Amino acid sequence: MADLSINLAGIRSPNPFWVASAPPANTAYQCHRAFEAGWGGLVWKTIGEPIVNVSSRYSSLDLNGQRMVGFNNIELISDRSPETNFREIAECKKRWPDRAVIASLMTDTRENWHEMMKRSLDSGADGVELNFGCPHGMCERGMGSAVGQNPDVIETIVGWVMEAAQIPVIVKLTPNVTDVTRSARAAKKAGAHAISLINTINSITQVNLDKMCPEPYVAGQSTHGGYCGPAVKPIALNMVQGCAADPLVQLPISGIGGISNWKDAAEFIALGSTGVQVCTAIMHYGFRIVEDMIDGLSDFLDSKKMKSVNDLRGKAVHTIGNWENLNLNYKRIASIDYDKCIGCNLCYIACEDGAHQAIALVSPNGHGLGPGRLPGKPVPQIKEVECVGCNLCSLVCPVDQCITMVDVSTGKKPMSWKEYQTRLAAREMKAIPAHA
Amino acid sequence: MPLQPRSNSKELAKTMGDIEPCYRPQEAKVEADRCLYCFDAPCIMACPTGIDIPGFIKKIANANLVGSARVILESNILGASCARVCPTEVLCEGACVMLDRDEKPIKIGRLQRYATDALWEKKANPFPKTPKRNGKKVALVGSGPASLGCAAELARLGYQAVVFEKDAEPGGLNRYGIAYYKMTPEVAKQEVKWVKDLGVEFRCKSEVGKNVKVEKLLKDFDALFLGVGLGKAHRLGIPGEDKKGVVEALEFIRWIHTKPLHQVPVGSRVAVIGCGNTAIDAVTQAKRLGAKEAVIVYRRGEEDMPAYEYEYELAKTDACGFLFHTAVVEVLGGKEVTGLRLAKTRTDKHGKTEIVKGSVFEEPFDMVIKATGQEKQAPAWKKFLPKLKFDDKGRIEVQKGTGQTSVPKVFAGGDAVNGGREVVNAVAEGKKAALAIHAMLSGQKVAGPIQGSRLGHQDGPRGSGFLQPVRVPELEAAYFTAMKNGAHRG
Ligand SMILES: Cc1cc2nc3c(=O)[nH]c(=O)nc-3n(C[C@H](O)[C@H](O)[C@H](O)COP(=O)(O)O)c2cc1C
Ligand code: SF4
Ligand code: SF4
Repeated sequence: MADLSINLAGIRSPNPFWVASAPPANTAYQCHRAFEAGWGGLVWKTIGEPIVNVSSRYSSLDLNGQRMVGFNNIELISDRSPETNFREIAECKKRWPDRAVIASLMTDTRENWHEMMKRSLDSGADGVELNFGCPHGMCERGMGSAVGQNPDVIETIVGWVMEAAQIPVIVKLTPNVTDVTRSARAAKKAGAHAISLINTINSITQVNLDKMCPEPYVAGQSTHGGYCGPAVKPIALNMVQGCAADPLVQLPISGIGGISNWKDAAEFIALGSTGVQVCTAIMHYGFRIVEDMIDGLSDFLDSKKMKSVNDLRGKAVHTIGNWENLNLNYKRIASIDYDKCIGCNLCYIACEDGAHQAIALVSPNGHGLGPGRLPGKPVPQIKEVECVGCNLCSLVCPVDQCITMVDVSTGKKPMSWKEYQTRLAAREMKAIPAHA
Repeated sequence: MPLQPRSNSKELAKTMGDIEPCYRPQEAKVEADRCLYCFDAPCIMACPTGIDIPGFIKKIANANLVGSARVILESNILGASCARVCPTEVLCEGACVMLDRDEKPIKIGRLQRYATDALWEKKANPFPKTPKRNGKKVALVGSGPASLGCAAELARLGYQAVVFEKDAEPGGLNRYGIAYYKMTPEVAKQEVKWVKDLGVEFRCKSEVGKNVKVEKLLKDFDALFLGVGLGKAHRLGIPGEDKKGVVEALEFIRWIHTKPLHQVPVGSRVAVIGCGNTAIDAVTQAKRLGAKEAVIVYRRGEEDMPAYEYEYELAKTDACGFLFHTAVVEVLGGKEVTGLRLAKTRTDKHGKTEIVKGSVFEEPFDMVIKATGQEKQAPAWKKFLPKLKFDDKGRIEVQKGTGQTSVPKVFAGGDAVNGGREVVNAVAEGKKAALAIHAMLSGQKVAGPIQGSRLGHQDGPRGSGFLQPVRVPELEAAYFTAMKNGAHRG
């Protein structure tokens, strides 16, 4: 069994799975349930001056029968007093000494930040997370993403916090910026110990076309909500990798955004996260999902002969670079396994209308028959010369491993765009002709 | 005991109610979302009317129910009936690619019902734009599925279509001949209304040979379509056949559609002779109407029965009895039937059934339902239209694909031509005839809904299901031959 324990900027937890600062991390009751289920840590629902929430608060993007592919909320920070929250943190920490409990904080003035840092320390929390991300409500009051969107402000406030910091400080970044590494650099510059990302993305999930108003519906009005859930994972991965690869950041990362299972978590870790945080998947299915996260990640690490989850950290960061360094002389093409093909012809129409007209429909003779391949009904065949290897058909094919992309030799040495430009300039080669 | 009602309305509402109720919205959405939206989908090819099945299902998934129903009715005006009575497992659903992914096929029939029911409930008009009349007139004899399919297509092409029906209400077998728990008369009535909305005129109680003359139709109309179906049930040719209590299957089913359910008379011990789909309809309904026992009597074995698997299962679920390898020798009784004299049969080496000597036995029955098929219309129509040619089985001879008969200007389709197939086949034949009539009268061809993809098929277009439907047994045969010849397993 691989060792799953992590040490994120001095915060230790028996596994990399933390409950993110959100409704599942609202109370001691929930914290106990989370730790009983096996979660390694929990970032408390953001503590600050207690707020008043509206009703209703959530909406979602459902896709072809799958609920909550994307999830959106207009809730603010904790509606409970700091006294209650810190008291409960102390209680949880006492009962679960091996787990990480992190206080998420949001306030305004320097004095208030100092005060919050002191109370966190007193509660026994293992660290704090600064909420610079909330994209709704709080930002209108000069907090949350209003802070996180301005690197100078990040630097100033993190600076205040660091003056009083005796436990690790994580800065939670908002994705609602053009370049998240600028925010991360500011946090680093001000001395933060770690970053966590991403917070939620500005969004409107849907418009109710009868009421002519989006959900969440509040008396005929709505507001921009924060988007999260499986749909945001690709965006989060991109930002995590960006920070992990940036030489000016170099901070431990707690990855967040659309993580629902061990595989998602493994991807975040491979792209540079030390640990991960989860919200929507818990809101959908409950704390019990952590059981398979632990189990699945552990088995995966064993299968890759990795002794510790830390061996996985950052493994894929360096495979992502600039486009100009990609090999122009590499080629792969699509290949159909007719023993698996069910004859839906979705690959055909995708390539024909949406890509490169590289699939023909031919007589099914010799390609087997099945319900989808009625006598006389054409089946797809890759025109290998035309195929540019875009992957589209393999993505639309509803059968696993039916269309695979296979490497073909071009007989040419690797050459990147950058090298191509150099060689063109040196007149070592002619320009590659444009596609017909 | 004579035939009499045997159950009350409350009980009958249960036993005779819908065997497969309409999907609830959530169920329909889940099922519609399962559809892969295949391009050039095999289900379309397996549908004799060539409905754009993935197209209508996608519309259900997208909450465009009226649009979905329109797609269905454009190809098949009896789409609501077909949703209920088609043997989908050997048609569209039998061709579903899901089967090849080891999954259940998409429930196309039930989704089709969901969409058409929604249209009906919303009272929306599927064809808001009626075409301009071209001044030409076509007469149609009979108002069953073939004529309705033909009339609807003609009306949409601009023809004035006039349907002559001998019954009091239009619809033919669709109105009077389908098991009640599969389809209530309201569905057939609604479909007739959709046809009427297209501008088709119905003249009921108009019977050729009685108050309608064929010569006059030929003179007054530019073309004539015969959708006359089949005649009376075959006679058994055995003693006692005319006793009281011996009923034709279709007559029995007609009672169910024309009387309040609690007034439909039925026996207490019912024998149904024959084992086709109509026999199954009769035996299950007899049981559901309150017969203590209802038994199929069939000359051959279980493996030979012409009824679909699905129908057989239904009868077994209803606890109907089966006397296989049994022939009827005589109907017993005085004025009223009291039983049957039966004999065991076996198959001789030429594949013919013969009676086993000394195996005669008697069984008490108070109702005997004949479901051994219907007679052809040949004898009557030879009188009405002497030039009309029939094949050796008494079916009207037509040109394949057009329904054109040996008489100029006269077309035919449905059971009278095919000897008795599904509602969907009748509609398709009616449609093809309509297109052929249009081609004849206007000189214009209307192409069937051939999907663009076929253009890329090296073997040349094979047409949609409408032009050349694929029956799934045909598919299976081709599949096994291909496998034998070393094709891949998919
Ligand atoms: C493969 C691909 C190539 C694209 N190329 C362009 C482009 O050349 N110019 C452009 O303005 N947008 C381009 N886009 C972006 C799309 O126009 C569009 O803004 C984006 O895909 C979001 O819309 P969607 O969710 O409907 O795909 C491209 C998108 C894809 C998927
Ligand atoms: S990889 Fe792209 S270009 Fe090649 S066949 Fe598939 S869709 Fe067409
Ligand atoms: S998408 Fe896949 S299953 Fe469908 S026709 Fe193409 S190869 Fe076959």
